[in-house]
Amino acid sequence: MKKTLLASAAVALALTGAAGAQEVKIGVILGFTGPIESLTPDMAASAELAMKEASDAGTLLGGKVLVPVRADSTCVDSAAAVAAAERLVTSEKVAAIYGPDCSGVTMAVTANVSVPNGVVTISPSATSPALSTIEDKGYFFRTAPSDARQGQVLADIVKERGIKSVAVTYTNNDYGKGLADAFVAAFTAAGGEVPIVSAHEDGKGDYSAEVGALAAAGADALAVFGYVDQGGKGVIQAALDTGAFDTFILGDGMIGDSLTQTFGSALDGSFGTAPGSAGDNFAKFDKMAKANGIMGDGPYRGESYDAAALIALAMQAAGSDDRAAIQSKIIEVANAPGEPIGPGELAKALDILAKGGDVDYVGATNVELIGPGEAAGSYRELEVKGGKFTTVRVR
Amino acid sequence: MPETIDILNALALFANFVAIPALAYGSQLALGALGVTLIFGILRFAYFAHGDLMAFGTMLAVLTTWGLQGAGIGIAPLPTALLALPVAILGAVALSLAADRAVFRFYRARRAKPVIFVMASVGVMFLFNGLVRLIIGPNDQRFADGARFVFTARDFKEWSGLAEGVALRQSQALTVVVAALVVAALFWFLQRTRTGKAMRAYSDNEDLALLSGVDPDRVVRVTWIIAAALATIAGVLYGLDKSFKPFTYFQLLLPIFAAAIVGGIGQPIGAIVGGYLVAFSEITLTYAYRKFFAYLVPAWEPDGLLQILSTDYKFAVSFIILVVVLLVRPTGIFKGRVL
Repeated sequence: MKKTLLASAAVALALTGAAGAQEVKIGVILGFTGPIESLTPDMAASAELAMKEASDAGTLLGGKVLVPVRADSTCVDSAAAVAAAERLVTSEKVAAIYGPDCSGVTMAVTANVSVPNGVVTISPSATSPALSTIEDKGYFFRTAPSDARQGQVLADIVKERGIKSVAVTYTNNDYGKGLADAFVAAFTAAGGEVPIVSAHEDGKGDYSAEVGALAAAGADALAVFGYVDQGGKGVIQAALDTGAFDTFILGDGMIGDSLTQTFGSALDGSFGTAPGSAGDNFAKFDKMAKANGIMGDGPYRGESYDAAALIALAMQAAGSDDRAAIQSKIIEVANAPGEPIGPGELAKALDILAKGGDVDYVGATNVELIGPGEAAGSYRELEVKGGKFTTVRVR
Repeated sequence: MPETIDILNALALFANFVAIPALAYGSQLALGALGVTLIFGILRFAYFAHGDLMAFGTMLAVLTTWGLQGAGIGIAPLPTALLALPVAILGAVALSLAADRAVFRFYRARRAKPVIFVMASVGVMFLFNGLVRLIIGPNDQRFADGARFVFTARDFKEWSGLAEGVALRQSQALTVVVAALVVAALFWFLQRTRTGKAMRAYSDNEDLALLSGVDPDRVVRVTWIIAAALATIAGVLYGLDKSFKPFTYFQLLLPIFAAAIVGGIGQPIGAIVGGYLVAFSEITLTYAYRKFFAYLVPAWEPDGLLQILSTDYKFAVSFIILVVVLLVRPTGIFKGRVL
């Protein structure tokens, strides 16, 4: 009995040992619970799609396989996010981290886990302008552009649509405040009027008092920079119920199918922006995602795919899954010069890199990194028509 | 002088953003405060688990509603939750009686001090709290169905020709009607029935009531039944009007206690007055009056929003009321007991 036990233990050890040599773990840390929980499953699936594509090519570091390890960032609870990231880095020993998602937890994870441990962290969706200037020692990257630019783009759109005065409400955190500040600065500089800017707290039962104050300022439209599954939705509900506003200007956190499912065509004419492009590359990615069972139309799917793809390509370019080696190659594979690589072409890119060539990863969202912590990028201008988000154009 | 039409516009604005929401919210608080005040009057302690009892009852209503919706049973245009209400009340009553049997009866038999009851009720609160989260989870649940509006802001504008619209949601109208019916029934019960009189006697002077042959166990039982029913009705109405989320029900405890204490704790009429007082204070103090005064005083163009307190301080309002009343008039408006 003792012998059989020992033997099976030895076999099990040998098996896992063998598998371990071929596996490279990648952390996937997103808010699977919390205010953007309806967006994150598709984002994680998109990142895991890129990891699977790179692994299936069979040429990644001579046949290694990327294994995603999920963790919950909660989007809002920094302590929980840091604990989850610690687990990824110290006990799961991931080679790199894809995520986190929201700006506040991203700052906490970068400062407390990624930088001290030297782990590359690529967020698909942390967009606060403050992340451009944090002390990241070159370990923090993002595939979504900063909200300083989103605020500008949104202000341009509002201006072009002939709306002269806008009431602004934002979710009371780093993301909401950053975007609201950027929008208000850009819109007032363009001659627009912002009679009221007020924060709302997430997780309340009732937002009619907030909407009452916003309505009293007498603006033409209401800009909501919040979360689609949280207070942002509650504010829109209260504004529609009381007839206070008909037109809403939506930040990227508010773009999601759950919004249009709840309100339908009551939102017709409202508009907003979300990072992303609608070019050929994005269409190609979208088709690929749908074919792999990622059915939603939420934002940050392309950014997620791209973030994971960058990790795989940097690994190949470095010829190692060592954490510091990955860090040294991220910018190189993301930017020119080199062969442009679109979505679904990871096998080709891995081949080129294996032969010592150079690639310029374009991906689903035209990735262009401006140093660590900053990305150039385009925005989709979305409008609700017939109760659905439709892309008007890309800026 | 402002034109008549402007005065009407100002009134419509006030009704839409202040009067109607405060009336509905006040009714919900009043029903909650009635439960708290009854328990205080008869069992003589502040029952902190009331907010979570509301959440528990509402959770049962939500689950039953989903079952009924799944079976295709409804009473459109009224919300299905009204059909689910009796089931939810039965469940909340059962839970309250069980908590009394397991916890409070023990301390009653020992004639424990009120503060011990209060602490025990905090424990019961955490228990209910966890129970609700285990069963339905901590997230928002929507269970309102049926017609959403009695009339919308747009309907009102077309009908009246005013610039300002007034919307009346079905849940708001329902809240006020149901609250009025429940309060009327409760007062009839307390004033006219034998059990109600026994309860009032027990509340007034326990020893005297016992000497007159009032059965104390029965009085306690009936109190729990009524309090659980009130809590469930208040919770379901609040959930229909806003949304069901366990944490917001826990937070409701503060305005509910403020309402009960302002009115005079132990006084049913005080709970109702207190409920409306707290609701109207919260909303009138945090409303921005810029547009309202722009209609009434056309020559005046204020720079600010004319808002006394930012909406962030909504909960602080009930706190302030609570503190001021306890300092200045601890017995409340209707001379309840001193807490």
